[in-house]
Amino acid sequence: MKYIDEFRQKDAAQAIIKKIREVSRKQVSIMEICGTHTHSISKYGIREALPDNIRLISGPGCPVCVTSAADVNRIIAFSRVNRNAIIATFGDMMKVPGSESSLQEEKARGADIRVVYSPLNSIEIAKNNPDKEVVLFAVGFETTAPTVAATVLSAKEAGLKNFSALSLHKLTPPAMKALLDGGEIEIDGFIAPGHVTAIIGAKAYGFLASDYKSPCVVAGFEPIDALMGIYMLVKQFEESRCAIEIEYDRVVTWEGNLRAQEVINEVFEPSDSLWRGIGNIPGSGLAFREEFAAFDSEKRFSMPKGVDAEPKGCKCGSVLKGLITPNECGLFAKACTPEFPIGPCMVSSEGTCAAWYKYRRVA
Amino acid sequence: MDRNKTVLLAHGSGGSYSRRLTEEVFAKAFDNPLLAPLNDQAVFTLPAKKLAFTTDSYVVKPIFFPGGDIGKLSVCGTINDLAVGGAEPVYLSASFIIEEGLGMDELKRVVASMAATARAAGVSIVTGDTKVVERGKGDKLFINTAGIGVINGPELTPANIRPGDVVIVSGTMGDHGIAIMTHREGIMMDVPVESDCAALHTLTMKIIAAAPSGVRAMRDPTRGGLATVLNEFAASCGCCITIKEQDLPVKEAVRGACELLGFDPLYLANEGKLVAVVSSEDAGKALAAMKAHPLGVDAAIIGTVADGPKGKVLLETSIGNRRIIDMLSGEQLPRIC
Amino acid sequence: MCLGIPGKIIEITGDTATIDVAGTRKDASLRLMEKAAVGDYVIIHAGFAIEKVDTKRAEETLRLIAEAFEK
Repeated sequence: MKYIDEFRQKDAAQAIIKKIREVSRKQVSIMEICGTHTHSISKYGIREALPDNIRLISGPGCPVCVTSAADVNRIIAFSRVNRNAIIATFGDMMKVPGSESSLQEEKARGADIRVVYSPLNSIEIAKNNPDKEVVLFAVGFETTAPTVAATVLSAKEAGLKNFSALSLHKLTPPAMKALLDGGEIEIDGFIAPGHVTAIIGAKAYGFLASDYKSPCVVAGFEPIDALMGIYMLVKQFEESRCAIEIEYDRVVTWEGNLRAQEVINEVFEPSDSLWRGIGNIPGSGLAFREEFAAFDSEKRFSMPKGVDAEPKGCKCGSVLKGLITPNECGLFAKACTPEFPIGPCMVSSEGTCAAWYKYRRVA
Repeated sequence: MDRNKTVLLAHGSGGSYSRRLTEEVFAKAFDNPLLAPLNDQAVFTLPAKKLAFTTDSYVVKPIFFPGGDIGKLSVCGTINDLAVGGAEPVYLSASFIIEEGLGMDELKRVVASMAATARAAGVSIVTGDTKVVERGKGDKLFINTAGIGVINGPELTPANIRPGDVVIVSGTMGDHGIAIMTHREGIMMDVPVESDCAALHTLTMKIIAAAPSGVRAMRDPTRGGLATVLNEFAASCGCCITIKEQDLPVKEAVRGACELLGFDPLYLANEGKLVAVVSSEDAGKALAAMKAHPLGVDAAIIGTVADGPKGKVLLETSIGNRRIIDMLSGEQLPRIC
Repeated sequence: MCLGIPGKIIEITGDTATIDVAGTRKDASLRLMEKAAVGDYVIIHAGFAIEKVDTKRAEETLRLIAEAFEK
């Protein structure tokens, strides 16, 4: 597969690993903040290939994992009351536990919940079912937000009267800032998510270097991209530099995708957002602008915001902040497994705990 | 509703409608002397002492898909369950649970497909049953098939797998899973891949003939995919199975579809492929026999069996590191993350 | 959050492109792209093309790695 296979070559990957081991001396902690990075790093055994002085932390980068139980409860409560509604959701969200149920369980109980590959599919569903309300459960960071925004614009243009979305979108830079401000964990540098940055542009991380002296490399997701990204960051550490660099330059630019940024801004505005395990981060979410109230599920229907509560013993919050690794949670691989997940980090295939469990090391 | 055009509740209630359906649709298509009397049972003798007996139910959606249909799937699936145990399939039963309102022409298409598949495979469908359920209670058509086969050769079981053995697959993985998935509502993708639905008994007989004392176990990786079967093998024998990602045959288009949806070919269903574990001395012969058969042209050695870690299945990734492969838990769903 | 795959645009009709990934074809919306042409490689996420792949830079990256690392 073009531009995929070339970045999975064994020789190149092993050569970069060797080079990292040669130059890396300082004790450093690197945080990646993207579920797809967590997945790739685990899948290709990258954590184990790195020297011991480099600590790789998985941060709150999985939109499924950071969607609060309270928000899952809202959509479930809505579907229980509105039996005639169709809930459209990405596959990732089906098994995420709320306080006592999940979308998968509600579907088994008779709710009309449909998995979509693209938000555009939910418009098709709305067109084909004019007498039913279609609600899109819109999670995702800045990669997905513009696709939902464009979908809403299409719905508006088509004059659809039975479609709306519950925006639970979250923004990456405010989360990075909150983690650094929180001071709970030592982070020496960030690996930034390639596709989020393709949208927002590497310029969005400028504050990391200027205000926090934290270097940052924007990396792609194939093993060679991830390894190169780590190498570039390590070089900055060893040379005492602090800059925002782009590894994934075949897709990412300093400015980003201006058209996508416009589409997001046309439909959404920044708002507060509740992050599972972290709490409220100001300005870290996206809410519909007033002009789009008709497409805002929150405004169309009563969807009271609930209170967030972690299941007993669940340490997803600490895992998400990078304070502990999955195997340091008492429930990991015992009570909490991919088959019977307790927290979101195990539910999502990109969740730190799921990635650890699936790709866990061989002695 | 025209009784000739649609399946009605009456067709399942045992009276004249049922009789007419049985005679005109099923008996006519399946056409064999054991079925002809249309008694409650088929009576026969078999030459062998060792028999294999299996059953499966088929609920696939959509019922017609590129490369096959629920009927062909049910006949091949049951033949394959017998074949991988070293049995030659002889007789099948076929029970139908039909949703009221299914088009008669759709039913006839499925039945014709079953008849053709059975005939080509040299097996007869000798007994069956029909029930019709109310509209909304049946998702068009469910089929249950049971099968009997005779075992004249070695008995194959994964408990016989031992360190040093070799793992071979008969062809490309994931074709059926992707062919079905990409035709579901909400996914619509144009993949130039058909289901690999096929009866494997002539292939299994060739493998056993080529290596009669070397074949330990065979299985067709259907729901749950290759990863699930290898985990079942490893659990049965208590050994460790390691496979190489580079050596796994997967069609380029299936790779592409998997990347787009976030799927893993290791967990996709196959309906015309098998995985065989063979002694290292006989691996070459088994592989050659597979490649010489039309259903095994893409056969490849993908891994080996070792002592430990016990019961585990490992994958050597394309960049050279190793990781554990678990069984599938739940369905694979398209993801954005 | 970033499942995005590079694919080649083989046809464009209005706002929609048909993308080819190793022989599998999928439609993607071009609504988020300033401009796109048949023959371009784009990253597809959730049914949308979100950015073009700069093929020259891709080749350059691979060449650099081969030179600097694999010697």
